[in-house]
Amino acid sequence: MSDCDGCGLAGVLASAASTREANRPRLIAIVGPPNSGKSTLFNRLTGLRQKVANYPGVTVEKRLGSARLEDGREVALVDLPGIYSLSARSEDEAVSRDVLAGTMKDFPRPDAVILILDSTNLGRHLMLAAPILALGLPTLIVLNMADDLRRRGGEVDAESLTKQLGAPVVLASAMRDEGLQPVWEFLAECDVAPLPTELPALHDVPKCRAWAAHVGRRASYLPPAPPVWTRRLDSVLLHAVWGPVIFCLVIVVVFQSIFSWARPMMDAVQWLIARSGAWVGGQVSNPWVRSLLVDGVWTGVGSVLVFLPQILLLFLFIGILEDSGYLARAALIADRTMARVGLQGKSFIPLLSAYACAVPAVMAARTIENKRDRTATILIAPLMTCAARLPVYTLIICAFLPERPVLGPLLGTRAAAMLGLYALGFAAAFATARVLKSSILRSERAPFVLEMPPYRRPTLSSLGLRLVDRAKIFLRRAGTVILAVAIILWIVAHLPLTGGKVPPIERSLAGTLGRTIEPVIRPLGFNWKIGVGLVTSLAAREVIVGTLGTIYGMQPDAKSLGLQAALRRDLTLGGAVALLVFFAFAMQCASTIAVVRRETGGWRWPLIQFAYMTTLAWVGAFLANRIVSALVAHSV
Amino acid sequence: MQTSVIRRRRPASLVELRKGEQGILDRLDLPEDVSRRLMELGFVPGSRIVAALSAPGGDPRVFRVDGSEIALRRDTAAHLKLRHEASPGAD
Repeated sequence: MSDCDGCGLAGVLASAASTREANRPRLIAIVGPPNSGKSTLFNRLTGLRQKVANYPGVTVEKRLGSARLEDGREVALVDLPGIYSLSARSEDEAVSRDVLAGTMKDFPRPDAVILILDSTNLGRHLMLAAPILALGLPTLIVLNMADDLRRRGGEVDAESLTKQLGAPVVLASAMRDEGLQPVWEFLAECDVAPLPTELPALHDVPKCRAWAAHVGRRASYLPPAPPVWTRRLDSVLLHAVWGPVIFCLVIVVVFQSIFSWARPMMDAVQWLIARSGAWVGGQVSNPWVRSLLVDGVWTGVGSVLVFLPQILLLFLFIGILEDSGYLARAALIADRTMARVGLQGKSFIPLLSAYACAVPAVMAARTIENKRDRTATILIAPLMTCAARLPVYTLIICAFLPERPVLGPLLGTRAAAMLGLYALGFAAAFATARVLKSSILRSERAPFVLEMPPYRRPTLSSLGLRLVDRAKIFLRRAGTVILAVAIILWIVAHLPLTGGKVPPIERSLAGTLGRTIEPVIRPLGFNWKIGVGLVTSLAAREVIVGTLGTIYGMQPDAKSLGLQAALRRDLTLGGAVALLVFFAFAMQCASTIAVVRRETGGWRWPLIQFAYMTTLAWVGAFLANRIVSALVAHSV
Repeated sequence: MQTSVIRRRRPASLVELRKGEQGILDRLDLPEDVSRRLMELGFVPGSRIVAALSAPGGDPRVFRVDGSEIALRRDTAAHLKLRHEASPGAD
């Protein structure tokens, strides 16, 4: 899945990355405070020609894009993170400062800057103009949300601002595609450095604020009336009683959607994978290649691709919540509860997402600006019970636990066991958060600050772009990491050949590996067969079901009952409970490891996380095996 | 404005503002980097701050300052001191 070969963006960015060349395309940076509509403008100018990556060594997202001018020329655009100043106290600010100063490694200095400010909040936003203009780069200042300003009775003299700031100032609405003609002209022609009449001392915030107020006054800035609809909505959505009720309803809808509404789509994907796998199998005559393609690649990658509908649906909801402005209110409502374990309101949505899959959860943690809170959220997210654990839980619970009513017809033993496992993951996540936040990830002194943006109607194009973006990231990983793991697993399960034939699984490399780790897992009550399953499930948790099916020589789905019987012969009750506990705690998921590495900017955190969760899983499983075995021995 | 004995003590920090009440910010008793961040958000000494809605339980609390609404936790808001001449009044 290459995302930019087809649109010429690769070339633009490649040549923009090399230092000054005679004909390299212009590179223009878009800068602005959070909630100024920066990304909306970026999307408006670049459309689908975007590429998202991280700046080297940091967790700040690097958004690059390219805009095609009327004359066919390409201009490269970089969407810098939302900032309030260039004082470099946060990673976002440091990245913006380095890019604008031309000191960012492997990144050319932009030729010009588009500074985007919220015209309905000009007094404060104008402060950012001072450090940006002081850079001396050609600058265009876009006063965004001009439609909102007008509607709410505010006004400002853009011409006066142009004179005072010595740089062109235009009123526009990126969302409504209004007044953007000067922006396109600036992209085509931007060679004039700004000549502001006066700039304040940049380190002195009150002086900067006074300067902004003075400039605004001379441009007869009339701030708009308060947003009536936002106030009305807030009086309901943040109501002492209705607020929490609506909050809970929103969560139920999100939960319901990722668990039930996604089901038909997931079934469809599964069907497609199975059918296409069968088709591919039919096209290939060589049994080796067929087995590698169908049993290795198709099954392996397919087991992860199945989660795509769930992930997209989840991001659609997060997108709607974020773009409408409700996410800030949800974070406000959740903050007090999350603060008990040292986290904050914004950790809430990522942790909720983790019930579907840790991968989107880790990606959703981006909305948390505080780096330590974000890291803590990423570290605990895989402990929440993701959907991939369900097949494993179902298999073991059904094999070992007879169904009996616990709470009348409402709750049976099996459902109760399932709920218990959910609670176990939840407790582990929150205990871990507590430990992390009172030790290595104790919060910096940065206070919890949450800006409440006015409510806005989300636009389809913005939501669509988001989904395309997330789908690309997910598919790229499925096509690389997961594909590689699937192929490796197939190889270790099919080698070494004995007399030109595939060896029985216990003689294969995977079997040898299972036997090798047997001494380590024996105290947990697992034999080498479970060991092989643990090894293969490093790719993705549910893979163990298929692996055990293969080892016990039967199809996992068709004869699931047979597999259950086989497991009952091979595992004690203690071992079965230990296996459940192991899966609740262990980080058996290559995709999560890969996405954590990406989102934390290195191998350090994923390795710590893997070591921690594996240790926790081993100790937890060991204790579970001992306790349950002792209880069983006692009761017999 | 004169104080009357009956009227409750004047709010000394943002925490003490009741919903709809306003005050003039005097100083931020917080470390330099934290107060800079808050000042960039509009909490500049001399600015008028109105207490608005809050999360259930009263924490965090939303404040209207410089044209935006910003939520702060109580422990932060307690360090944002108000001027004595601040007058309680409706928004």
